[in-house]
This record gives sequence, structure tokens and C-alpha cells, in this order.
Amino acid sequence: MDATYTALAHFAQTGGLLYFMAIFAGVILYACWPSNGERFNDASQIPLREDD
Amino acid sequence: MYQGRGNLPPIELRSGSPIWTNLFTLYGANIMGERKVRYLSLEEGGFSLLLLAVAIFCLVIAGKTWDQVLAFHTALIALASLAGIFFIFRRYFDGNNTPAPLEINGKPNYNMAPVKFATWASVFWGIAGFTVGVIIASQLAFPALNFDLPWINFGRLRPLHTSAVIFAFGGNVLIASSFYVVQRTCQARLPGSIAPWFVVLGYNLFIVVAGTGYLLGVTQGKEYAEPEWYADWLLTIVWVGYLLTFLGSIWRRKESHIYVANWFYLAFIVTIAVLHLFNNASLPVSIYSTKSYIVWSGVQDAMVQWWYGHNAVGFFLTAGFLAIMYYFIPKRAERPVYSYRLSIVHFWALIFLYIWAGPHHLHYTSLPQWASTLGMTFSIILWMPSWGGMINGLMTLSGAWDKLRTDPVLRMMVVSVAFYGMATFEGPLMSIRAVNGLSHYTDWTIGHVHAGALGWVGYISFGALYCLVPWLYHKKSLYSLRLVNWHFWISTLGIVFYICAMWVSGIMQGLMWRAYDSLGFLEYSFIETVDAMYPFYVMRAFGGLLFLAGALIMVYNLIMTVRVGEAVESEAAGQPAMAPAE
Repeated sequence: MDATYTALAHFAQTGGLLYFMAIFAGVILYACWPSNGERFNDASQIPLREDD
Repeated sequence: MYQGRGNLPPIELRSGSPIWTNLFTLYGANIMGERKVRYLSLEEGGFSLLLLAVAIFCLVIAGKTWDQVLAFHTALIALASLAGIFFIFRRYFDGNNTPAPLEINGKPNYNMAPVKFATWASVFWGIAGFTVGVIIASQLAFPALNFDLPWINFGRLRPLHTSAVIFAFGGNVLIASSFYVVQRTCQARLPGSIAPWFVVLGYNLFIVVAGTGYLLGVTQGKEYAEPEWYADWLLTIVWVGYLLTFLGSIWRRKESHIYVANWFYLAFIVTIAVLHLFNNASLPVSIYSTKSYIVWSGVQDAMVQWWYGHNAVGFFLTAGFLAIMYYFIPKRAERPVYSYRLSIVHFWALIFLYIWAGPHHLHYTSLPQWASTLGMTFSIILWMPSWGGMINGLMTLSGAWDKLRTDPVLRMMVVSVAFYGMATFEGPLMSIRAVNGLSHYTDWTIGHVHAGALGWVGYISFGALYCLVPWLYHKKSLYSLRLVNWHFWISTLGIVFYICAMWVSGIMQGLMWRAYDSLGFLEYSFIETVDAMYPFYVMRAFGGLLFLAGALIMVYNLIMTVRVGEAVESEAAGQPAMAPAE
């Protein structure tokens, strides 16, 4: 019981942290990647051009 | 091609639809000399069977239970299910259940009838919820207003108020706006002809069952999760339908990119489903009883409840309404959102962080301290995405600030985002253990919640309603912008009265509770603290009354917009023609 708890807590504190930080870093990279800029500008116009 | 009998013309399979939708094709109708071919789609057949199963299940319970409230509720659900089957087959026998075309003249043929229903449902429930709020605020100031009647005492009306404003008013705004936004930003019609109605009507049936249950004394006693097991099951079925309908529109989209508002709506729908299932994992003592017990025990149950409770705030009252912000503010201001990049970071940061913040509701309880510290830490980190989102919403106005002066609807939405910033600053502050020691269980919490509920959720919803009604009914503009102005100022005054009264009374209450005299005895008895709050309770009730008055002005304005508002001249200039009513 204790061993399971310690193992799980250890995983959460190391693996979990790395996992979430990696995902977040991926999101930041995706959002800031220069070549995505054009796509995002286009996407931001979606609500404004839908009446055509 | 199948040859018909005798001299009847051959039946053609419905062109363009896959063969399985014709599985239920029935043959041989000849009404009034005119040959008609009737189709029962897989969707209609499936929903009929589902509703029939629900009706039979409920009727058995209604017949055998000893619990009068359960008998009433199951009979109500059974009646509603049978009515649903009746309407499906009436359309079928009238032969007007042909699926609406997905496009007319190359333009998407949006399905706005369920959106209209949810819009007016939210208006109705909003007024009901605000009225009950004023009543219970008055009951706190003047206890005689409980009239010693069990059905209308504070304990039963309070969950009625919170559920009516959050789930009935807010929920219908979210369903209406999500069905509107997902169709328009995906350029695709909602899937199915029954499914959207199943979602809208089923959700409102859940509201009626939950609300009447509170008045009759049926509750799980868990904040924001009061409905008992059978109402929870009903909501679960409806919510699956909601998720599938929403995903179906995204699946059909013409735009390759899924607009950010849809991400927020999807996070709201998916997370609420998960939260609802975990926090309502209860076993009824009998299938014939309203009473159930949760499978989690003790502190685990408390933890799950506040994981649920705080994420109801995070994903229902925040993510869902942020979706409204990301569509309606750019649309109304006629400018794209300030930074689309920021909106992506905002989305992922918000959903990653919010889910951990719940334990801050359980400081100084039997929950281990590390867990409540974790919740507190994540609450403080939440400052960043919250304010990032607020800045993104506000700065959308950059270069067009003059619109705040000329357009009271836009002003309402921008002030709402400002309230969002204020409430999300105050929240993390209150989650800090030392501050929480003073604020918890006091009226400060109530004031904080209402800064978010009246200011943020209320105003962004009013803004969305003021936009939606003219759009849905093809009107050039609202009946009166002057009345929107009156609504705005009266309600704002009401909010200021409300939250200032609660700040003062809450902090006073907290300080009186912890005051000791020189001998180490408590300085005040509990009843003295209650007595001291009387003037603030009166002020709070007055603030609520102003907020209700503002909302009533809105109702008049919206009704007049539909009745006498000037129509958009040509269909071509406005939105594509609607499908005939279904």
C-alpha cells in the first residue's frame, strides 16, 4: 500500500510534471511558430467573413 | 429501382442519402388520392425507441414507488417522452419529415429554431432565477418572509436560485449560443432533425425536474450538484446528445480551422460531462426512492465535490462564457480578436490549470494540507491565463474604443470582461490559506461569486442575447438602444450595491467571529454577528432588485425587437433563408 503510494506520488511529481510541461511547451511553440501566423490571422477573421 | 405495385409509380430511394437512412422506409401510403412515400429515418426511429424505453422505465417506477415526488417526476418524464414520440410520428404521418437541405443556393441552411427556443428559455429562466434571488435576499433580511412554509423557506429556495441562474439561465444561453456559433463558424447545419430538439427540450425538462425537486425537499445536499440520481441520469443522456450534436457540426465544417470559440465550447461540454459523472456516482437506496448515496466516502467525497464545484465555475461559468466572448465581442466590434495566438495559449493554459484548483475550497478541513496547498498554488497560477484572456477580450476594442460610447451592447460585454478580470483577481487572493481563514463561510464569498455571476456571466449573456435576437429574427437592430443603456446603468448600480454590501458585511462577519476579549473569550456571540449584518442584507436585496429591474427592461426590449423591429431588407444581404419550422 505504502509502496504503491510512494511510487505513484513519485511518478506524479516527476513524470507528470515533465509530461504536462512538455505539452505546454508544445502549445507555446505551436502558437508562436512564425509560419503559423498567416493561418492564425486567417482564422481570426472567421466570425467576420461568414456572412458572404 | 423498385417497381411499385399495380399502377402506382415506382418509389425512388431518396437521392443522395445513404442506403441505411432508408432502412425504415415504409411503403404504400395513399392518402386523399395522392401518393405519398413516407420515410422514418434512422435518427427518428432511434429516438422513438430511446424515448419509448425511457417512458416505460419511468412509468414502471411511477406505478410502483411509494415516494410521491419520484412518482410525480417519473410521470412527468414519461409524459414528456411520450409527447416526443407523438411529435416524431405526427411529422411522419403528415409526411413533412423530409430532412432540411444542408445548403440552399450554395449557402449553408442553418437550423436556428432550437437556438430561438433556448434563447427565450434563457430569458424566462433568467427572470425566474433573479426573482428567486431577490426573494431569498429579502428572507435573510426579513426572516418573516419564510412564512413558516417548507416549500418556500430559504433552504429550499437557495438551490432553486443558484440552479436557475447558473444551469437554467446560463445553460440555455450556452446551448443557444453554442449551437449558433458552431453552425456559423463551421458553415454547417446542425446534424439531425430530432437531435438538436432533444438536447434543448431535454435540458429544460431536467431543469424543471431539478427545480421542482428542490421545492419538494429532494436534494443530494451537494452545492451545485443538488439534483438526485434520476435527474442526473436524465441530464447524462441529454448531455451525450449535446456533445454528439456539437461534434457533428464540427465534423461537417467547411472551414478547415476550428475557430477558438468552438474549442472553449467543446472544453465546457466534455469537462462538464466528466465532472457530472464523477460527482454523481451515487447508488439509489432503491430504484423506487429519490434518495441515493455517493460511492465515495468521507473526505474523498468532499474532494470530488469541490473538484466538481470549482470546475463548474471553471468550465461552465468560465470556459463556456469565454467562448461567447471570443465570438460575440469580435462580431459586435467588427474587428478580429486582438491576438489569435494569445487565444490558443489562453485556452490550453486555462484548461490545464483550472482542473487542479478545487481543493482550495477545503482549507482547514480533514483534507491533507498538501492537497489544499496544491489547489491554492494552481489558483494563483490561474491569474496568468485569466488575465491573458481578459486582455485579449478588452484589446479587441483597440482602435475602436469610441464604440463603447455609441454601442451600449458592446459596452455591456466589455464591462463584463472587466468584471471577469476583477473576479479572477479576487478568487486566487481568497484561495490563499491565510486570506481564506478570514473569508471562508462569510458573505465575502457570496460577494465574490456575484461579482463573477452578475458582472461577468450576466453581462456577457445579456450582450449575447442583445446580439442574438436581432440576428435570429433578421432585424436591422434592437428595438431601442436607449433601453439597453438604462438596463446597463440600473444593473451596474445594482451590482455595485450588491458586492460592496457583501464585502463590508463579509469582512465584518469574519473579523467578529475571530475577535477575542482580553481574557481570551470570544468577543461576540453568533447572533450578534447576524444582527450586525442586517443593514447590509437590506442593501444587498436592493441591489438585486435593481439587477432584476434591468433584466426586465431587457425582456421588454427583446420582445419589442421581434414584434416591431425593422426587418433586414433583402435575404441576400442578411442571412440565408431559414428552413421551414420543424
